[in-house]
Amino acid sequence: MDQDLYKYLLILGDNSMILGHRLSELCGHGPTLETDIALTNISLDLFGQVRSYYQYAAKIKGEESTEDSIAFLRTERQYYNCILVEQENTNFAHVIVRQFLFDAQHQLLLESLTQSQDETIAAIAQKSLKESKYHLRFSSEWVKRLGDGTEESHQKTQEAVEHLYPFAHELVTNTSIETRMNEKGIGTNLDDLKEEYYKTVIDVFEEVGLVAKDLKNRFAKGKSGQHTERLGYILGELQYMQRAYPNMQW
Amino acid sequence: MSPEIKLEDAFQARIDDEQKIEPKDWMPEKYRKTHIRQISQHAHSEIVGMLPEGNWITRAPSLKRKLGLLAKVQDEAGHGLYLYSAAETLGISRDELFDQLHTGKAKYSSIFNYPTLSWADIGAIGWLVDGAAIINQVMLTRTSYGPYARAMVRICKEESFHQRQGYEIMLTLCQGMPEQKAMAQDALNRFWWPSLMMFGPRDSDSPNTEQSVKWKIKRKTNDELRQQFVDITVPQAEYLGITIPDPDLKWNEDRGHYDFGEIDWEEFWQVVKGNGPCNKERLKARVDAWEEGAWVREAAVAYSTKIKNNEVKRTA
Ligand SMILES: [Fe+2]
Ligand SMILES: [Fe+2]
Repeated sequence: MDQDLYKYLLILGDNSMILGHRLSELCGHGPTLETDIALTNISLDLFGQVRSYYQYAAKIKGEESTEDSIAFLRTERQYYNCILVEQENTNFAHVIVRQFLFDAQHQLLLESLTQSQDETIAAIAQKSLKESKYHLRFSSEWVKRLGDGTEESHQKTQEAVEHLYPFAHELVTNTSIETRMNEKGIGTNLDDLKEEYYKTVIDVFEEVGLVAKDLKNRFAKGKSGQHTERLGYILGELQYMQRAYPNMQW
Repeated sequence: MSPEIKLEDAFQARIDDEQKIEPKDWMPEKYRKTHIRQISQHAHSEIVGMLPEGNWITRAPSLKRKLGLLAKVQDEAGHGLYLYSAAETLGISRDELFDQLHTGKAKYSSIFNYPTLSWADIGAIGWLVDGAAIINQVMLTRTSYGPYARAMVRICKEESFHQRQGYEIMLTLCQGMPEQKAMAQDALNRFWWPSLMMFGPRDSDSPNTEQSVKWKIKRKTNDELRQQFVDITVPQAEYLGITIPDPDLKWNEDRGHYDFGEIDWEEFWQVVKGNGPCNKERLKARVDAWEEGAWVREAAVAYSTKIKNNEVKRTA
């Protein structure tokens, strides 16, 4: 099997799955019905993308693998999502800033992947791009609302930025797999996204007086399978049924 | 005859004639109050109902099931929205309605005070709880208050999808491994009686029924609806190959209906009064979400005020 392609699909899919999972934890607990519905929508979109990536990954992997064995039956070190997306739903400001930092990259990444030499990836990107544009509009508007709302909301959002922004660089830093996939014309060179990514993010932050110090958390190595302690708990819930009742149809 | 009585007669005549009452029409105060109570109770049930099922979203056994469940719970939020909007047409705000829920003044369907203990409960809720809700709600699509009736039409379509999705989860479990089928049976055991309770007290103990029939909020009594539910559901359980936990359940040839055992009314009233297994945590989850969201809602209002003021300045 093509190991690089397989892992690349996991990098793409795992981000959507772990972020989708975090958002799904909030379903029924949002600050308003409208935001509850909107965040669930984003979660639904992300899980829809996850299925496409994992179905393709299962095909590459062959054997008996399925979208579900890929989603639920790996161990911690075999998940390749960025550290950012496994961060907790500390409060609504954290949820929104995490989403915004992700969406701003996701849209650029998908735009670029629509040109992938791999037709399946290009097709998934094409379909997901529309969704991610909507997500970015939603999250950036909320960053502004919270950043320029009340003193309290500004302070909470600033605190979220300080916590989350140091993880953002991982989204635009190539791993060796991403570099190789780019050389084959399949993947995106994340270096090419950097400038626009930071511009998008900083413009929105500056518009509402949020300060992002140029800090990079050097332990943000999720794409190499090195996670925070949080991921284990996410997987504990995510995998519970598949682990407790192996080899069954649901 | 006083003008008030004339108005009431004309009002009743319109209802008898199957005309819809619209928000701007004159209506007796009691009609307005009854509708606020019933529609908001219904809206609260939709959003509290998100919690027991939401409990399994992060643990759904497959990606497909996770998407199905997420979408279902989201639909319930949408139902809550339509219904709060319908209640608002009667001159009460959503904030006031939430306040009634949070202070325990308003009720919601007791079924949501039962816990979801296994994945099969998600199937059982879709099959039985959405199934019971549909029977009530189909009747309400023809209720006299226009906004309520129209909300029901939209909602019913989605509820029947939920019911099919729930039944399909049960079917998959029942056709699966023995422990899956056991899980399905256990869920039926726990949700059967609470589902029958969803139709409310016996007709003989239901003081509101007569007035509700007059206003066409109710076209069938609690007992009639409950019977309808049992008659529909028994063959579905048989098809699944699981057993309804009622030794008195049997087909009555003369009546052309199933006979069934007595509901534990003591349990029913206890749960209504707040002493069910999850009443406190359900309410707490709603109150927490509301209180923790306060600063977010305030920020949104402050921001939109700023934007509006800026626009005024620009155009001035
Ligand atoms: Fe509903
Ligand atoms: Fe439903």
